[in-house]
Amino acid sequence: MTTSMTDNAREVSPPATGSRTTFWLGVVSLVGVVALILLSFFVAPEDDDQHDAVRMIFIHVPMAMLTYVAFSLTAIGSVLWLWKRSVWWDTVAHGAAEVGVMFCGLTLFTGSIWGRPTWGTYWDWGDVRLVTTMILFLIMVGYLAVRSLDGDTATLATRAAVIGIIGAVNMPIVNRSVTWWASRRTLHQKSSLTDGKLEGLTLFTMMFGLVVFSIVMVWMLIHRFRISWLERQVSEGDLSEALIARRAEAAVVSSEGGSK
Amino acid sequence: MFTDARLVAAKDLRIELRSRVTASQVVPFAGLVLVLFGFALDANKPTLDLATSGLFWVTVLFVSLMAVQRSTAIETTDGARRALLLAGVEPGAVFLGKATAVAAQLLAVEVVLIGGIVVLYNATIEEPALLIATCVVATIGIASAGTLLGALVAGVRARETVLPILMLPVLAPVLLGATRAFDDALGSVAVNGWSWLAMLIGFTAINIALGVLAYGVLLEET
Amino acid sequence: MTHLGYLLVGWGVSLLVVGLYSLSLVRRGRRLAERVPAERRRWMTSETPSK
Repeated sequence: MTTSMTDNAREVSPPATGSRTTFWLGVVSLVGVVALILLSFFVAPEDDDQHDAVRMIFIHVPMAMLTYVAFSLTAIGSVLWLWKRSVWWDTVAHGAAEVGVMFCGLTLFTGSIWGRPTWGTYWDWGDVRLVTTMILFLIMVGYLAVRSLDGDTATLATRAAVIGIIGAVNMPIVNRSVTWWASRRTLHQKSSLTDGKLEGLTLFTMMFGLVVFSIVMVWMLIHRFRISWLERQVSEGDLSEALIARRAEAAVVSSEGGSK
Repeated sequence: MFTDARLVAAKDLRIELRSRVTASQVVPFAGLVLVLFGFALDANKPTLDLATSGLFWVTVLFVSLMAVQRSTAIETTDGARRALLLAGVEPGAVFLGKATAVAAQLLAVEVVLIGGIVVLYNATIEEPALLIATCVVATIGIASAGTLLGALVAGVRARETVLPILMLPVLAPVLLGATRAFDDALGSVAVNGWSWLAMLIGFTAINIALGVLAYGVLLEET
Repeated sequence: MTHLGYLLVGWGVSLLVVGLYSLSLVRRGRRLAERVPAERRRWMTSETPSK
């Protein structure tokens, strides 16, 4: 499998981040999303209390779960970058943060859209998960802001990694404080559907959604990883070109103008 | 380590005292914010009573941004950072020293601010011990998280805009905890302020530990 | 179907954002890959980049 893919890639060598693996992951993702839409809207039954509003769960909950998976990857990657100087993990941390921020934003968005018909409000300051997720979202936006600064790649990686760790380490205390803070509010979240009431097709569709969006996320992470890797190649390439130019300027004959 | 920390703190505070920025700009700024909140809430007494502790801590957060900004600037100018490292000062000690200096400045501003809320917002202090303990613990927490994040954006061109984006979400638990503890200390809302103080102690401890461990990584990098 | 408006907005915006982000990933990749010589696009030759 690997060799045939290699040969194929050498022949065609498309200037893109796709490969046979990502192509099939993409196909599965697309089919999965279509199937998820059909399942969510036409197969899964409506809820006794929420009626059809319950169909938001099939996109909201998978995204929320994957947000936390992505940010955990960022935290792990940050530690491994600082500890082992692993460029691979640093790249994973960066990609996961970007994908995670997107999923996190969508989690908050679908959550408030869902909250309006079920809780009667878009935003409830009394809900712990809502507020905690919002703070996490803001911290990770800061992570991406640091990543987008200009400067030496390794320096930025270190700085971002420290934020990744600060964010992860502070999460329990954020959660604790929001829990206490929210507990005095009378307006409280109606029992979430996850307290064992979920069953049958509803549960199946939600798990199916989780699988589908996991595949989507893997597809995104692979592409995002390769983009970072290409960016590194480009900046190194520019550097070596600049070196060659300098050397030519100085009229020094040099046969090796390689990278690094 | 603690001797070094004391030296660094003394150095930063001496610089601040000589430049007189805290006295001539930061304190007036804090007072100004209090007055503006008064205007914004239209001197509505019940609202102001309920909001006093929140306004106090929001003001402190704004001031902390300025303090951290300045504290970081001391080290980035003239390669002072490198000089400190070459002098063999442990990074952890540099962190503790700088955080102490920031905390000392913030505490000075808070004393003025407490005077401000008593005079302008007519607040009554019902539990002075809780008030003082909250100020001290929360301020050390703000100063340590702030100093670490300040080092993180040191030398970056856009640091004035990036620092608030990083600091404010991380400090959100302090705002929650310190505001609730103040509600209790000022008697405006019936909550158990002491349990909030415990949460603040947790936040502060975590962030001091993070700072001591991670500050060196950031110092070496630039 | 009840709450159709909410459902359409919630699902629609989410899928749109996911789709647009995926598209932007592919396009960013294409643009960058053009600037890197074929022999240095290493994942083409090994699926798991070392290091």
